[in-house]
Amino acid sequence: MGAQAHHHEESFVSKYVFSHDHKMISKQFLVTAIVMGVVAVMLSVFFRLQLGWPGESFAILETFLGKWAPGGVLDRNAYLALVTIHGTIMVFFVLTGGLSGTFSNLLIPLQIGARDMASGFLNMLSYWFFFFSSVIMILSLFTEGGAASGGWTVYPPLSALPQAMPGSGMGMTLWLISMVLFVVSSLLGGLNYVVTIINLRTKGMSMTRLPLTIWAFMVTAILGVLSFPVLVSAVVLLLMDRTMGTAFYLSDIFIGGEALDVTGGSPILYQHLFWFLGHPEVYIVLLPALGISSEVIATNARKPIFGYKAMVGSLLGIGFLSFIVWGHHMFVTGMNPFLGSVFVFTTLLIAIPSAVKAFNYITTLWQGNIRFTPAMLFSIGLVSTFVTGGLTGIILADSALDVNVHDTYFVVAHFHIVMGMSAIFGMLAGIYHWFPKMFGRMMNTKLGFAHFWVTIVCGYGVFFPMHFVGIAGAPRRYYEYSNFDFLGSVMDLQPLISTFAIIGAIGQLFFLFNFFYSIFYGQKSVQNPWMSNTLEWTTPVRHVHGNWDGPLPEVHRWAYDYSNPVHDADFVPQTTPALSGEEVH
Amino acid sequence: MKLLILLVVVLGLVAAVQLSKVYQLSISLRGKREEDISEADNRLNGGLFLAFMVAFYVSFVVLLVKYGSYGTPPASEHGAAVDRLMDFNMAIIFVVFFIVNTLLFWFSAKYYHRADRKARFIAHDNRLELIWTVIPSVVLAIIIAYGLQTWNEMTGEASEDALRVELYSKQFDWTARYPGADGEFGQANYNLITPMNALGIVTEEGVAAALTEIEEKIAKVEEEINYEKGHLLAEWAAIEAELHDDHGHDGHGHDDHGHGHDAHADHGDGKQALEARMAEIEHMLESDKVNILTEAAYEAKEDKLYRLIRHRQRIQEIRNFDFDGELTAWESGMDDQIVKGEFHLPVGREVEFVFRSRDVIHSAYMPQFRAQMNTVPGVPTRFKMTPTITTDSMRTVLENPEFDYVLLCNKVCGAAHFNMQMKIVIESQEAYDAWMSEQGEFIVKEGSEEPEMEQASEQKESQTITASL
Repeated sequence: MGAQAHHHEESFVSKYVFSHDHKMISKQFLVTAIVMGVVAVMLSVFFRLQLGWPGESFAILETFLGKWAPGGVLDRNAYLALVTIHGTIMVFFVLTGGLSGTFSNLLIPLQIGARDMASGFLNMLSYWFFFFSSVIMILSLFTEGGAASGGWTVYPPLSALPQAMPGSGMGMTLWLISMVLFVVSSLLGGLNYVVTIINLRTKGMSMTRLPLTIWAFMVTAILGVLSFPVLVSAVVLLLMDRTMGTAFYLSDIFIGGEALDVTGGSPILYQHLFWFLGHPEVYIVLLPALGISSEVIATNARKPIFGYKAMVGSLLGIGFLSFIVWGHHMFVTGMNPFLGSVFVFTTLLIAIPSAVKAFNYITTLWQGNIRFTPAMLFSIGLVSTFVTGGLTGIILADSALDVNVHDTYFVVAHFHIVMGMSAIFGMLAGIYHWFPKMFGRMMNTKLGFAHFWVTIVCGYGVFFPMHFVGIAGAPRRYYEYSNFDFLGSVMDLQPLISTFAIIGAIGQLFFLFNFFYSIFYGQKSVQNPWMSNTLEWTTPVRHVHGNWDGPLPEVHRWAYDYSNPVHDADFVPQTTPALSGEEVH
Repeated sequence: MKLLILLVVVLGLVAAVQLSKVYQLSISLRGKREEDISEADNRLNGGLFLAFMVAFYVSFVVLLVKYGSYGTPPASEHGAAVDRLMDFNMAIIFVVFFIVNTLLFWFSAKYYHRADRKARFIAHDNRLELIWTVIPSVVLAIIIAYGLQTWNEMTGEASEDALRVELYSKQFDWTARYPGADGEFGQANYNLITPMNALGIVTEEGVAAALTEIEEKIAKVEEEINYEKGHLLAEWAAIEAELHDDHGHDGHGHDDHGHGHDAHADHGDGKQALEARMAEIEHMLESDKVNILTEAAYEAKEDKLYRLIRHRQRIQEIRNFDFDGELTAWESGMDDQIVKGEFHLPVGREVEFVFRSRDVIHSAYMPQFRAQMNTVPGVPTRFKMTPTITTDSMRTVLENPEFDYVLLCNKVCGAAHFNMQMKIVIESQEAYDAWMSEQGEFIVKEGSEEPEMEQASEQKESQTITASL
């Protein structure tokens, strides 16, 4: 694609709908993900109402859910459907499609100095598979028996047998189809990202000069390309068990008054396949957020990211280890205890690169000159939640301890602080930071402050008390807890948690309003508002096909020369040639 | 009302947009840009981080004081070890949590942006990085070693004289089975599950009963299929048409066919049979067994019949296969004892649970004993433990005379998942023996009709739930 490419006129359809331009595709991903995110947050508020005040009637539930909440009280099956779809949307559509799709697409070509992705067409397909996958997932909420209800991991036989629960009917089939489309999207995107990063770096952009965002996106894409196909296998086999009478996951089952004609399958096989994706998936969610925060923290602390090589090394280490730890989700499935020991060992190893990352972030802040943009606030929030949530992972990785807290609120607290807070904070930081690049306008800073403070207070307010609920022995995915006296006073925390959840959800209006308002009316952005070193800020504010008007920029240094005493300015863009005698990274 | 709400929302949104525009205009008049964070704002946010940290820690301590016990004290031998391991890990986690969060928030507050300052340019420090690679590694090595030691003790082989108890899960309740005097569980086979034999235990009577039941079901479905009105009428009409057709042929074809006579004789027999069938159908149509089914329902019945015949075949295979030698396994089921609602265990004796599941994955979670294991259809699982505190002692400890140990389901299994529980009673060996002697032996003939009723009402309930969706 040459420099002249941006001159030709484009129709509305080719510019906004079937665009091949990575910047437009990234905006499509982002807006879709925000819409999905709003749906998922609303679902969570609905079931938090039930959990906080079980059995009480809420008019809002009947308004939105109709027959699923007769008399304003959530139905028991509907509760499970809400929990399931909330998790599915958040993990896959917001934090995988939304996070990687948005920022890998936007930043990879811009930060490595490429005119577009290696294949614009595949990139467009990737979005449209994502889009239809989202549509099908939403449609599944409106099927007769309700959406999939077996939890976001949809373990068979529960998910394989329509007679096991209403949500295992049509809703489940749609869930599986949606997931296959989603994986196609993810693979097309992932391959594209890896190929682009390896082949299309501009002159001077060696791998060791790549911003950490790009490293994070690359490791993420590799994880996705290697693990998502396994999810497809799991899902397709499940579809066959459901529709064609196979028994990959089924054996010796008597249900609905009938002994099924299935023998020899294993429900545990599904779990192995699912978690072979499922655990790398955690890092597919988290690594881009860590990449984004590395960039945002260095820029706004006006300091080089501390320990660049260690940061890259820990990304690679986490990426590699994430493939050999999936069994820690299965300690209580009856797996051989020795195999369990192996997974304990590999899982706890991940704590080492994670610790390195946390300490490097903190050292980057030390003696910095910290500008609290909304993006920076969220990045600092990310570090806090990454540490807080990561530490409880040590408990869960220890099989002897996991036995007692497995599938309790302790787990819910753990992964929500890591994914629901840390990864979401990374995504929000990315949105605040690169909004000017995406839309050519600035978001309102004051609303950003309000958004951050409401979100971190409510986020911790929701998820931190859950640790205590879990350690007391409260299982997750329970419709209510009134049948268990032993939980006693710890259930007093439930209304508190729900209150924080509702306030936190409402607080997101600060963001939604700011986002959509600023797209149209925000202050016009200057070329490099954050005084950042990376290449995307050398492109013109208005979007052009091919990204740079003239020839591609040439890179002479790494991305983290902030406050370099050799230079007068407190930032040195990557395109600045080395001064005579200067030793550049 | 809804319209009014909508109106308010829309107006509110418009107002917000207008206000924002005014704000935007005012800051652009002052020449202020969004990316310029004023020193006051930087100081404010830094200060807020400190304030947040303090509030966070205070709430943490409050939560810890109020809810920090692990529910109830551990009531099993390994449970005490698990709690010790938990304390150890928690102590480490607390230290790291406080150090890291404090540094993070403190640095954020301390180094907020001032125009006259410049950040310190420091890109890496190998010594420092080595420290925070090596220290976590050492700490983790200790955590791993300690954790695996506890894990190995928990998961080792159960001793020979351990009491063995089977816990059986289904939507949405638990059943416990004791092996009886011979100490051996009878074999179980899911094809033998009937209302009278909820666990599908293989005994001669069990097989016979299951076979009788399946024969009855087959007969019933066959009858429904045979007496379907539409199909009977269609068959009747077809026979009549054939007879009529044949009659016409006879008149015409007499000269053409050399073997006419023989053919005619055959026709005569066939005709008689057909006429008999017609009469039979007419008779059947008058019977009260006649039913009307849609085509889809009829096909579903045929499918069901096929499945039932397959089921019968599987039961017959049990009979054929096992009658040759393994009689002992069949007999050992006869004295098995089955209990619902609650089960008892003697204190201080090791118990090895064997878990089976009838329909979907459940999880047997006994929080007071720090014990949990999934129950997986088709894949038996095990877990051993030694209860150390009787129910009565625990009631005294907790000062709660109502307290009971509980087994609950911890793997989502359907609508009533949240109430799938069974009471556990830990008591002295004597009390246990007394309780056990009250329990009847295995039941195919007499005994628990109750479970069946329960099951039926449950099914009805889940059907209502389905219908309500």
